[in-house]
Amino acid sequence: MNALLRIYAIFSKELTQLKRDRMTFGMVVMIPLIQLMLFGYAINTNVRHIPVGVVDQSKTGLSRVLIQTISATQVVKFTEHYINVQQAETAIASAEVRAVLVIPKDVSQRLVRHQSVGLGSPPSSDEETSRPVAQWVVDGSDTTIAAAIKSLRNMPLAELLSKPVNRTTPTFEVTLLYNPEQRTAVNIVPGLVAIILTMTMIMFTSAAIVRERERGNLEMLITTPVRSIELMLGKIIPYMFIGALQVVIILGLGNLVFNVPVNGGLWQLAGSTSLFITASLTLGLVISTIAKNQLQSTQMTIFVLLPSILLSGFVFPYEGMPEAAQYIAETLPATHFVRLIRGVVLRDVEMIDMAFDVYWLAIFTLAGLAVASLRFKKNLD
Amino acid sequence: MSELVIEASKLSRNFGDLKAIQELDLEVEKGRIYGFLGPNGCGKTTAIRLLTGLLKPSAGEVQVLGFNLPRDAEKLRLHIGYMTQRFSLYDDLTVKENLQFVARIYGLVGRQQNSRIDELLNTNGLIPQKDQMTGSMSGGQRQRLGLSAATLHKPELLFLDEPTSAVDPENRREFWEQLFDLSDQGTSILVSTHYMDEAERCHKLAILEEGIKRADGSPEELMQDMGAHVVEIGSTNLRQLKQELLKLSDVISAAQLGARLRVLINNSIADPLAFLTQQKSISAEANISVVRPSLEDVFVTCTGEGRQ
Ligand SMILES: Nc1ncnc2c1ncn2[C@@H]1O[C@H](COP(=O)(O)OP(=O)(O)OP(=O)(O)O)[C@@H](O)[C@H]1O
Ligand SMILES: [Mg+2]
Repeated sequence: MNALLRIYAIFSKELTQLKRDRMTFGMVVMIPLIQLMLFGYAINTNVRHIPVGVVDQSKTGLSRVLIQTISATQVVKFTEHYINVQQAETAIASAEVRAVLVIPKDVSQRLVRHQSVGLGSPPSSDEETSRPVAQWVVDGSDTTIAAAIKSLRNMPLAELLSKPVNRTTPTFEVTLLYNPEQRTAVNIVPGLVAIILTMTMIMFTSAAIVRERERGNLEMLITTPVRSIELMLGKIIPYMFIGALQVVIILGLGNLVFNVPVNGGLWQLAGSTSLFITASLTLGLVISTIAKNQLQSTQMTIFVLLPSILLSGFVFPYEGMPEAAQYIAETLPATHFVRLIRGVVLRDVEMIDMAFDVYWLAIFTLAGLAVASLRFKKNLD
Repeated sequence: MSELVIEASKLSRNFGDLKAIQELDLEVEKGRIYGFLGPNGCGKTTAIRLLTGLLKPSAGEVQVLGFNLPRDAEKLRLHIGYMTQRFSLYDDLTVKENLQFVARIYGLVGRQQNSRIDELLNTNGLIPQKDQMTGSMSGGQRQRLGLSAATLHKPELLFLDEPTSAVDPENRREFWEQLFDLSDQGTSILVSTHYMDEAERCHKLAILEEGIKRADGSPEELMQDMGAHVVEIGSTNLRQLKQELLKLSDVISAAQLGARLRVLINNSIADPLAFLTQQKSISAEANISVVRPSLEDVFVTCTGEGRQ
């Protein structure tokens, strides 16, 4: 009874202080808003309109049609013409264009014998079919751009000669579930919930105890009968509401602006996010009991935040990371939550089906709370 | 002998090589106001932190209200109030919110809470400030809020660490009136200070210097038992005279007070007047008289501060 009252005392005190702290309160709303817009629009793995040049050695009607056909895919945009390959390579080096299409003199010869066109009998010999129509010279340092241009390798050419398409049957048929249009935002927005919560939740609580110490309130606080665990709980409860508010902002706007569906049940969503919110908050508390001042607590927050962004599977797929990085990723709450929230929001899975991540977050929270309470000593030694 | 609320024996505390408190013996009686008098850095705050269980002693025994420290520190917390030297309530809460916070911490709710807060606001003259943000209050107002918060749960024992350092003499007197009221109601109080007039109001006090207790007792006892005579000399050329007198080994200190020189002379001299008239440096017209010792004289004699 008294314990509850003491938790309530800390809770309402934190809430009043938070209400008065305009800056923090503004951040609660602005961080998700701004980050959502930035990440939602900026991160896009469907690259389009890459500026490229062309070296047209054939200068025929066919080469012009070829250029137009490639432009029609919208993957690249032809902005420059170069006389020869050397000039083109200089242009790539100076980043004028990211790639150059070199069309050889004998382009029509090559095209006629090309297998996708399938003209001429007897069938083209291996020697002839193995000759591509033209060549791309690409700035390969950016793998995403390189991949986008590589994807042009097998573009159909039959329409160039207004012939019926002679498609070969693909080896595999691919069915894209959950995100058939392959929009990046569908993957980014739920992941962003994890990143923003990691950032704000840890940031707010990591300063919690340190601030009391810096402002001289700690000596009074520890001479009262407040127990460590009561102090810790009272400090994180207000932020759970704030975390929930941020989730609503991100998923709500993500749905309105980027048309990201929320397929999962509301309870599943509430359950998994509150698990992650408390996990992040207790991590913040642990930091707060280690840091000597607010600068240190901020540094430690960034120390956790960076791997959470890079390794959690938010931007790069977990499966593509080296084993060592996967181990590190497994220790981060954000990794487990990225899986959970994508599961719930996009694939409508139940938490029970992702029990490993759920248990992991729950155990992390309890351990964090215990560590923070034990580390927080009610004396000045 | 009456009941003791604080009993310490050979209490010591080191910070690395620094001996902040050395072998402190202390006995504080119930219902009394006990003072710690000492200069900056003498260990007053450290002593209070040891007695409230905030610091662990390096050696020695402490019993506060019958609780053994540091073992029972947590149980003791319900029974003591502590007003820290640095203001430790929340600047970004109002006066009332701060008191509500403390009330809830001590389990006071509803009507009980409201009436206790109103009572405190009233006795401490904080009613006009009750909705003011604490950070914007004056030093004296903050100090009264600090006292309100420390006494909210009616502790048996109250620790006040330099409570009046930012307070004018008028407010200081009122503050002490309140301490006497609390004391009359049975609260034991331990207060630290570096003001002589404040120390003189205590029932008993200990003079601390560099972590060592130099003397203790009631102000009267201390003045009576002081190992020195106090003589005032009215004369000209006092600055030069002071230098001359300080060369004598039996002169403990000499301090100028306007047109007079206040001189402390060791008790080993039986007749201080005769001793002084023998000195060549004192002119014949000088007006010499033995006066009643003050607490400041006791302090100077104990701490040997006079010999600059
Ligand atoms: N945590 C600490 N670590 C190291 N030294 C300390 C610590 N706390 C106090 N000291 C040292 O112990 C000595 C006594 O300090 P204390 O704060 O008790 O003095 P004080 O009598 O309260 O002084 P003041 O009148 O200035 O408040 C000082 O020399 C101080 O530097
Ligand atoms: Mg002090």
